[in-house]
Amino acid sequence: MASAPVIPAAKSTIAIRSEDVCRHYRMGETVIPAVDGVSLEVRSGEFVALLGSSGSGKSSMLNLIAGLDRPTSGSVFVQDRDLAKLSREELAKYRLHIVGMVFQSFNLIASMTIAENVELPLRFAEVERSRRESLAREALDRVGLRARMDHRPSQLSGGEQQRAALARALINRPKLLLADELTGNLDSRTGTEIMNLVREFNQQLGMTVVMVTHERTLAERYAERLIFLSDGKLVDDRPNTPTPHSAVEVQGVRS
Amino acid sequence: MKIPDLTELALRNLRESLLRNSLTTVGISVGVASLVAMLSLGIGLQQLASRRLVKSGLFDTVVVTSRREMRGMSREEERNGPDPGASRILDEPTRQQIEKLPNVVEAYPDIRFVTELRFDDKPHLTMVSALPESAKSNDAFDGMQGVFFSSDSAPEAILQKSFAEELLGKTPALGAPEPNVSDLAKPLLGKELIMRYAQREAAPAPPLRANQTSSGDDLAGAAYSVVSREQKLKIVGVSDLDPESMRGPMRAKVFLPLKLAQGLHVMQPTDLREISHAGDQPVYSSVSVRVKDPAKVQGVEDSIKKMGFTTFSILDATRSLRQFFAVLDLFLGIFGSLALAVASIGIVNTLVMAILERRREIGIMKAIGASDSDVKRLFFAEAGAMGVLGGIVGVLLGWAIGQIINFGTNVYLRRQSLPAEHFWAVPWWLVGGAIGFAFVVSLVSGLYPAGRAARLDPVQALRYE
Repeated sequence: MASAPVIPAAKSTIAIRSEDVCRHYRMGETVIPAVDGVSLEVRSGEFVALLGSSGSGKSSMLNLIAGLDRPTSGSVFVQDRDLAKLSREELAKYRLHIVGMVFQSFNLIASMTIAENVELPLRFAEVERSRRESLAREALDRVGLRARMDHRPSQLSGGEQQRAALARALINRPKLLLADELTGNLDSRTGTEIMNLVREFNQQLGMTVVMVTHERTLAERYAERLIFLSDGKLVDDRPNTPTPHSAVEVQGVRS
Repeated sequence: MKIPDLTELALRNLRESLLRNSLTTVGISVGVASLVAMLSLGIGLQQLASRRLVKSGLFDTVVVTSRREMRGMSREEERNGPDPGASRILDEPTRQQIEKLPNVVEAYPDIRFVTELRFDDKPHLTMVSALPESAKSNDAFDGMQGVFFSSDSAPEAILQKSFAEELLGKTPALGAPEPNVSDLAKPLLGKELIMRYAQREAAPAPPLRANQTSSGDDLAGAAYSVVSREQKLKIVGVSDLDPESMRGPMRAKVFLPLKLAQGLHVMQPTDLREISHAGDQPVYSSVSVRVKDPAKVQGVEDSIKKMGFTTFSILDATRSLRQFFAVLDLFLGIFGSLALAVASIGIVNTLVMAILERRREIGIMKAIGASDSDVKRLFFAEAGAMGVLGGIVGVLLGWAIGQIINFGTNVYLRRQSLPAEHFWAVPWWLVGGAIGFAFVVSLVSGLYPAGRAARLDPVQALRYE
């Protein structure tokens, strides 16, 4: 799976489908509906932005798609797999081979070099050492970080760290790239560099991208489609066209 | 994850919190060292004891007597065995037969008689006993002055210390310090003793009287006469062997070489009883059988019993000795393990701390595809690595402690003018066993932390700062 070439999928096939998915957290007596009955579909190869203010449930939705969390009710299908029906081990395999994830805080392991961080998923996939090294070099080449491969994360700038995280997300050639506020800790110039890389992955490697952000301008610049969440509910889902439209007018997708 | 990757990651993680993990590993080392120290003391003492006992010749010797002697027989044996009168005679062909049994080193007759010895024209009555050449290596003669017999048939004698005192007229008063063996030996070595003894000499059978009938051929040649003889003996050694101790031939005060004693044909008490049976072959009251290995004694004893003789050995004593050391080792092992048990709590503590510290790292690993079992195995590997490292260092430490104590004790023994002893042994199985045990204890200690790390919710863990 690690070395399986990613063939750009026809955009007509459905990569992600959620059906009335809910994620409720219980805090003592009160129930907090982080995600509350969201139904959506994302086609293969699509670049989607999940927008909303903080606490809108966009990160919780991303975690459900990533298989890091399980829905309280409803279901999430990724490439026709019902994630709710996968065992913990199967979910781990799913995260390893199907999903690549990047985070706002980079989440590199501080005790490892950049190269070791990048090849870590390949260790879990039990790929031979020599093959791991060449794949890591290749991925670092793609993000322009080959020269820093023996450095520790703390020796790198934020932008470089995020590029390393992208290389790590890329290493297993996933079908799905999930990004959680990946420019949140970066200045705008570096943020643009990173977003250009993500667009490159989407367009050249055919990866389906779901990006969580609260920056509308960023989303409008890169995403093909904008999905708005508020209080755990989907309030708008529309293609990203240059002219702004009101959510209700265009799609009327309200739950 | 593959084992080499797992080990590499585990060692890397251990290096990250070097001080804490080193201290935990030192804890394990101390535990293993105390275990190794305790057990090697037990094993060393056991080896020392069995080395001593084997050397004493008590534990590899079986004493064979004819049932006709009715000696050393239990009531049960007396009832169940064949009638003593009908059982076999312990003669020379039988001795040769016993010597040919598997695992038998030698079988020699116990020749022992009370006779008169003259020294400086004064008669002394005492018990004389014959010694086989193999007795040379017996530690009963460790403290002997002079030399052992030059050959198995040399006209030489070794005296027991108390007899030497008697010859020199130096019998110490009760409570007075015992004289030194070397002081006793000096005036005696090389001197001559004259032994007077009764020799059995075959004689032509007397003519049968009219009212007597011959009971068979076995009577022919059985008649003998007893002649008084003298034998000159050169004193070659004085032994400090205590005649009342269990070591060596009991109660004898003068020892002769075996072949010489056999050649003298000294009149034995059995000769009178076996007069109706004896041919020209000598008959022995008992034969000592030396077995290759104390472990083989039982087998040899059984086969001799099957031949119809009574046997005796101190096998039972060794058996209870082994039992004693097994219990001693067990107790020492338990005490040694206590420190290891404390160390194992240290492992649990260190790993639980590591989970808290590396919570986010665990979350990252899970987010990028690590399974629960990957995380669990990583923590197991860290625990196992600490166990193996601690085990290796602990064995070295335990060995060093042993060497130091051994050295210190030997310095003390030398000051007390006692011979040095090696009572410390670290056999290879203990080295492997201790490291293996430390490894297993560490893995068991890692069970709880590893399970906890594996169950960690990745979403929660990633939120953790």
